Amino acid sequence: MDIVFVILLCVGYFVGNYLEKKHFQNIKKRERQTIHVPVVTFGAKQELPDANEAALFLGSVVVSADYFKMFASSLRNLVGGRVVVYESVLDRGRREAILRMKEQAISWGATQVVNVRLETSTIGNRTSGKGLVAIEVTAYGTGIR
Amino acid sequence: MASRYPNQASSGHSNIIITTLEGVPGKEVVEHFGLVQGSTIRAKHVGRDIMAGFKNLIGGELKGYTELLQEARKEAVDRMIEQANFVGANAVVNVRFATSSVAQGAAELFAYGTAVKVR
Repeated sequence: MDIVFVILLCVGYFVGNYLEKKHFQNIKKRERQTIHVPVVTFGAKQELPDANEAALFLGSVVVSADYFKMFASSLRNLVGGRVVVYESVLDRGRREAILRMKEQAISWGATQVVNVRLETSTIGNRTSGKGLVAIEVTAYGTGIR
Repeated sequence: MASRYPNQASSGHSNIIITTLEGVPGKEVVEHFGLVQGSTIRAKHVGRDIMAGFKNLIGGELKGYTELLQEARKEAVDRMIEQANFVGANAVVNVRFATSSVAQGAAELFAYGTAVKVR
């Protein structure tokens, strides 16, 4: 039983870390590719932007933490404080969601994405501390051209 | 650049304009019809849950869930558009999304906005 636990922990740590690093590299690459289109959170309470067309774009992603992170956060729960291991999970989720929205907008021909809103919600059971930790991050905004 | 993802906001077979702004750029709002909304409640199915359980070991994106929620959100938007069509609007402005979990493993996806006529 102990062996299984240690193996799961190791798999979670090494494979999870590797995949996360790769994902972050991928995100950085795509962020550089899409940097020419500004994404802004304002736009509703001011003059309408000068454009001919507008459309709604939405990007969403469901991310989860790996086994090691869940274990580390349950330890962290004992003493409280900053849960560093989860910060990267949400960071990569949020950036991925924004990128997906942006890539759709770019392929439509948007020059700007305005009034972007971000939302985070938990799916899965949060009442019992165990089980799936799945977080959905959504980004949506109006592309104009 | 071709996107790897189709438009996730709606199925796109309607000519209603949807924006998160308070109007439609390049057009003028001529009539307000009030609130329109669409919602759907979805539960995840067991097969996906088991796969997600495995995926949860190494972390990262749970594609099955992402697709499930995208599908559901599209339906919520489509229902909102249906309502807008019904009242005779040709645009929905100031659209917002909300998600809430109503029961164990079930989530409500909700979209709402203001139906208007633009010219």
